[in-house]
Amino acid sequence: EHDGAFKLGRAATEDEVAAWDMDIRPDGVGLPVGSGTVADGEVLYTDNCAVCHGDFGEAVGRWPVLAGGQDTLTDDRPEKTIGSYWPYLSTVYDYVRRAMPFGNARSLSDDDVYAITAYLLYLNDIVEDEEFELSNENFTDIHLPNEENFIPDDREQEAHYADKSEPCMTDCKPDPVGITMRARVLDVTPDSEEENTGG
Amino acid sequence: MDGAAASRRRFLQAGIAGGAALATAGAARAAGDPVITEVQDWNRYLGDGVDAAPYGMPSEFESHVVRRDVPWLTADPVSSINFTPLHELDGIITPNGLCFERHHGGTAIIDPADHRLMINGLVDTPLVFTMQDLMRFPRENRVYFLECAANSGMEWRGAQLNGCQFTHGMVHCVVYTGVPLKYLLEEAGVKTSGKWVLAEGADAAAMTRSIPIEKALDDCLVAFKMNGEALRAEQGYPVRLVVPGWEGNMWVKWLRRLEVGDEPWAQREETSKYTDLLANGKARRHTWLMDVKSVITTPSPQAPITHGRGQTVISGLAWSGNGRIKRVDVSLDGGRNWHEARVDGPSLSKALHRFYYDFQWDGSDMLIQSRAMDEAGFIQPTKNELRAARGENSIYHNNGIQTWHVKADGAVENVEVS
Repeated sequence: EHDGAFKLGRAATEDEVAAWDMDIRPDGVGLPVGSGTVADGEVLYTDNCAVCHGDFGEAVGRWPVLAGGQDTLTDDRPEKTIGSYWPYLSTVYDYVRRAMPFGNARSLSDDDVYAITAYLLYLNDIVEDEEFELSNENFTDIHLPNEENFIPDDREQEAHYADKSEPCMTDCKPDPVGITMRARVLDVTPDSEEENTGG
Repeated sequence: MDGAAASRRRFLQAGIAGGAALATAGAARAAGDPVITEVQDWNRYLGDGVDAAPYGMPSEFESHVVRRDVPWLTADPVSSINFTPLHELDGIITPNGLCFERHHGGTAIIDPADHRLMINGLVDTPLVFTMQDLMRFPRENRVYFLECAANSGMEWRGAQLNGCQFTHGMVHCVVYTGVPLKYLLEEAGVKTSGKWVLAEGADAAAMTRSIPIEKALDDCLVAFKMNGEALRAEQGYPVRLVVPGWEGNMWVKWLRRLEVGDEPWAQREETSKYTDLLANGKARRHTWLMDVKSVITTPSPQAPITHGRGQTVISGLAWSGNGRIKRVDVSLDGGRNWHEARVDGPSLSKALHRFYYDFQWDGSDMLIQSRAMDEAGFIQPTKNELRAARGENSIYHNNGIQTWHVKADGAVENVEVS
């Protein structure tokens, strides 16, 4: 049935591939035919998403923040959201359709996901018109603000890795070493019954 | 403990009390340690038969050796993390039931009869495999560490959690049995335009990561056994991806699909998550490799020195995604002076290594550290060196040198040093 060396497995049917292959790339490959408006998305978001992510994407409790945080990436406490951090809109569509709502994944239609994605653009001030309709036709026209700020892994060029000489073994610091911070001061480690170090 | 064992123990304890009363009333007690001079109940009464425990569990006296979680770290225990009790373990192999867990949609429960693995995309023939099909491919056995990219991530800003279970316990190391991913891809026939592989899980998170084809054809495994037995459900039963030396997020559990493509997919777990924000606002992506790292597991905050001064064993773990560990040094004075430690046991590529430093403790305060070097020549940096290069908001890939403050009473604390 196939040319593999072991003749194991069988050919997948087109319907099987279509059922599972739902990933979408930044260039739009994989997008289903469909559309949804900001206004439709607001209703869907309020019904399916706001209980965790807040009415405006600001999040409830420790659930992820989806909107805001623009220009905070160099702050002491950056707020990384779709609008402030994510590089590609394709990831929003893909992930919402793949894994949300949390606990009821795969329950939204393709049009629902277009509408929610449009509403998330609106919450992030990337589109401003409530009548804006996102579809597979105009999807790749949208670019998120932080797209250009991702760089390849260049850890090996950091000074401590680039220098592969033998490390110092003796008298490596001029003065006795001092303690600058203690975990016990924060006291955030879970307690166990027996002791205060959690095991 | 079952009811019969519980009632037998109560009977035995009553017997001990009676025996003690007789001894006090009678002649002088034998001199020495009573667990030697007196007959103990386990010397006299019979223990459990071989039919008592079809699947054995650790001794009841080891009930504290468990995975632990930190509720404040995440919004929910379903998309969350727990920690391997490194401070109680030795050697290099992690027992299956103690391997830390990281799920994004909870533990999927899948009957292997209902599990399928699909290969599609830029291949000659898209294929579907059953578990029985996978078991008919040639197998390999390999020992690898699996470290979460976020291991030690809470420590970027300084000492937070008091115990190596919490600071370093998002790691485990087992023997995987599985099929080289290369065989499965070749069975479908990768087209020359195929440069990337997307791995996807069958759980409610449908976890996805893009993997370059060079890695996929090199040493990745599609594994169905760990430490000789089937994968634990929480580790991806019936099948997971093994991506040696690379961040744990890529080791997709409940693996259901592999797609070959010509570009990476920029999925949520490689854009929003598992990208490393630098101080200048740029973020590294595709930081796959787990760099050279080590930690002293005893003494540590959860494992203080209780024997007083004198002969003392420092025990720890070292590992590197680059290959084998070449050397581990230990410092007792916060990094001013270093002593070469002794690596004992197998030294396997991309696996945990066990090291020891045996010395005479004089009872004074110590600031103990370990510093690993790997066969590629990389040296484990200090946390301050990492922060100087990256800032404090990278979240992932913190392999900085850990310091434990050992006090005169043997108590140990997680500290940062100058």
